[in-house]
Amino acid sequence: MAYQIRLNGETRALDVAGDTPLLWAIRETAGLTGTKFGCGIAQCGACTVHADGAPTRSCQMTVADAEGVEITTIEGVSGPIAETLAQVWAEMDVPQCGYCQSGQLMAAVALLAESPTPSDADIDAALWGNLCRCATYQRIRAGVHEAARRLEA
Amino acid sequence: MLAKMDPPKGLAALEAAWDARPTRRTFLIGAAAAAGGLVVGLRPLDAARASETAAASPANPLIGYIRITPDNRVTVLSSQFDMGQGVYHGIATLVVEELEADWSQVDVQGAAGDVTLYGNILWGGTAQGTGGSTSMATSWERYRKAGAAARAMLVAAAAEAWDVPGDQISVAAGVLSHPDGRRASFGDMAGRAAEMAPPQDPPLKARGQWSQIGNEALRRFDSAGKTNGSHRFTIDVALPGMLTAVVAHPPRFGARVASFDAGGALAVKGVTDVVQIPRGVAVVAESTWAALKGREALSVAWDESEAETRGSREILDTYHRLASEPPKAIARAEGDAAGALASSAQTLEASYEFPYLAHAALEPMNAIAAMSEAGELEVWGGHQIPTLYQYIAAQIAELPPERVRLHVMTTGGSFGRRAVADGDVVAEAVAVAKAIGWRAPVKVQWTREDDMAGGRYRPAYVHRLRAGLDEEGNLVAWENHIVGQSILAGTPFEAAMVQNGIDYTSVEGASNLPYAVPNLSVGLTSTDVGVPVLWWRAVGSTHTAFAVEAFIDELAAAAGKDPYAFRMAMLADHPRHRAVLQTAAEKAGWAEPLPEGRHRGLALHESFGSVVAHVVELAMEGGAPVIHRVVAAVECGTVVNPDVVRAQIEGGTAFGLGAIMAEELTLEAGRVQETNYDAYTPLRIDQAPAVEVHIVPSDARPSGVGEPGLPSIGPAVANAIAAATGRRVRQLPIRKALDV
Ligand code: FES
Ligand code: FES
Repeated sequence: MAYQIRLNGETRALDVAGDTPLLWAIRETAGLTGTKFGCGIAQCGACTVHADGAPTRSCQMTVADAEGVEITTIEGVSGPIAETLAQVWAEMDVPQCGYCQSGQLMAAVALLAESPTPSDADIDAALWGNLCRCATYQRIRAGVHEAARRLEA
Repeated sequence: MLAKMDPPKGLAALEAAWDARPTRRTFLIGAAAAAGGLVVGLRPLDAARASETAAASPANPLIGYIRITPDNRVTVLSSQFDMGQGVYHGIATLVVEELEADWSQVDVQGAAGDVTLYGNILWGGTAQGTGGSTSMATSWERYRKAGAAARAMLVAAAAEAWDVPGDQISVAAGVLSHPDGRRASFGDMAGRAAEMAPPQDPPLKARGQWSQIGNEALRRFDSAGKTNGSHRFTIDVALPGMLTAVVAHPPRFGARVASFDAGGALAVKGVTDVVQIPRGVAVVAESTWAALKGREALSVAWDESEAETRGSREILDTYHRLASEPPKAIARAEGDAAGALASSAQTLEASYEFPYLAHAALEPMNAIAAMSEAGELEVWGGHQIPTLYQYIAAQIAELPPERVRLHVMTTGGSFGRRAVADGDVVAEAVAVAKAIGWRAPVKVQWTREDDMAGGRYRPAYVHRLRAGLDEEGNLVAWENHIVGQSILAGTPFEAAMVQNGIDYTSVEGASNLPYAVPNLSVGLTSTDVGVPVLWWRAVGSTHTAFAVEAFIDELAAAAGKDPYAFRMAMLADHPRHRAVLQTAAEKAGWAEPLPEGRHRGLALHESFGSVVAHVVELAMEGGAPVIHRVVAAVECGTVVNPDVVRAQIEGGTAFGLGAIMAEELTLEAGRVQETNYDAYTPLRIDQAPAVEVHIVPSDARPSGVGEPGLPSIGPAVANAIAAATGRRVRQLPIRKALDV
């Protein structure tokens, strides 16, 4: 049966089994591949999307549960926070392989929306669940601080 | 700059990938036969010969290396695979420098299929592949010459079109212009340029004329796609009608399918096929989720009669016993180590234990195979050794190799994991597509659990070291016995490539000890264990650097000498090592006092032609080290992209730190225990230090940076812990050794 999913501001009919993790429905049925699969058990954060604005592991939410929830992916995230972060990410050469970076950015957008001038401890708490095997963490941290500075200005 | 005594790591790496375990004989010997002729021809080349070889191959740059299209796009065709280390950007930098293109018109694509164009020069040029941190070294002349030749052809085309002498035409930022005001884009001249004869030996810019190479302000061209979700990895490739397969692999290494019941799997909606392939049973479905559910419903009986059933503890205990016996082979011997030990004023002894490690790259292993209507096989993946994969795919598909086309994708990490000479997941994808009669394109996608339990680990090792000091505290005797699996053993090339029982990948970093010691012996005992092993970012240096640098530190303490001065005194013949160590120490303020509770440690190591030193400052809190500062110095020859060098040293340092702190892959009765990131725990952001990277200038040709950032961070941390607590870490990971 088709589930009606609010995805990046549109309603999409996704014809998948109800127990399908939102991750796979987004990637394979809706064709939005910016959201990545890394672990499937809420340990890596590569699949992070926003569910009603809150950073959420899409590997842990079924399509059935996603009905009625406003889902935003890396392709759809917008606004000054997202744009500033993306710009800073490129200027500071944050990504290496880039595979984790959709998730990092989705988590960082949610963090700055919640706390515009995060401390290092805030960053640790918000991004702890986002693994970067290339270990770009020091640039991620610097990037979040820099984006916060620019957004404040 | 490649040190003379280093055989090319890429070659060793390539050979090492042959995983022809007897338990998987049928499939693997087939693969070996297909590719054998290619590999046997490989020969080491030193840096000087490498540049001659590169100079002697004037291919038409507009065919093999640079594609210029009428829409004014410049596509660089990269021989090297980008797994995140930034090699696409590095190669594009070399091309843009000489071509005088504008960055906004430049893109890079992975290329494959022609070894004369793309063969790795550091591997002898007879196979294309990425490994041993050789990418900039193999590309250094090749891509600058390609850029220069392409520019010359564009100029010749404009000269012909405008009927003016070529030397009146200038090129800047992608525009050809003449003093009379005529201008043309590269795209305007693309067609005509392709008709021009490529110059045989185009002159290259002198160092002082560079505007791109070494440019501090340059940023990676490929970041935008990695911040908006549009960058495509292998997992993102979707072909019309494509099916997704997951494979049920044996629960223990060396087990095989005895029988299986596909009924449950086929009952899952969306599952289309269940097929046996040489390495397991594949469940093929219309979606990944259906394939995963199908695999859960599949029942397979395994024949484990030839499986490895030992646990990692048992394996390492055996290694400790072997380490106290004489080594089976000697990698380097000078003077009389045993005699000097017996007559030393003071002797020290230590054993170090290193666990198996998983690459655990964030994108789990995958590949896609599709047969076209014309009977050409196309294979997408992170093809780290394209030459082999092309042959292996051809052999499975029963096609001539020229009917196989590889699409080299960038991947979410690799760290060596995608350079497996039996083809691994690439072979699986082709085998599944064949098993369903080439009916549809097939993506084989591993889960994290498949990936973690899939073998190909950094081998576990034990080092036993003994050393002697004379009355003045000078190091006069050194014995290092390394015990562990050979990455090369059991391969069809063992006979040719393992010299006198020495697999270089087991001893690199130990056998080339830079410190002047008059009596020295480095020995190796290779073990026979059924756990598949592979090179893992920095390969042998992941363990040799730790054992050597931790033990040197211990000796300095026993001699009552400063660890920095103790090392420097033994490096008279190694000016690069001295410069790097000195830079790290100065920048870290080695001689300056520390605040209460803070302690320092340092370490130095050469790998892949580059030299790196780390100084770590830490405090112990609740028995655990908390790192406050990390200073790194690196000398890697000419720096193509300073910011990429920094990024690689930062990332390599953090990757290495994570590994020595908390990574360990264990086996119980032959079964892998850590199958996801909850149990196998790479570094997370709260543990990641800010690494200060200092580049030591050099005019030598570029050497590696992808791997050399790793080796010395571990021993630097261990040495700082010793400075803080007096306790020497002799077992990794540190979390386990300190029980924190
Ligand atoms: S894939 Fe969802 S957290 Fe890793
Ligand atoms: S950039 Fe490679 S995993 Fe983060």
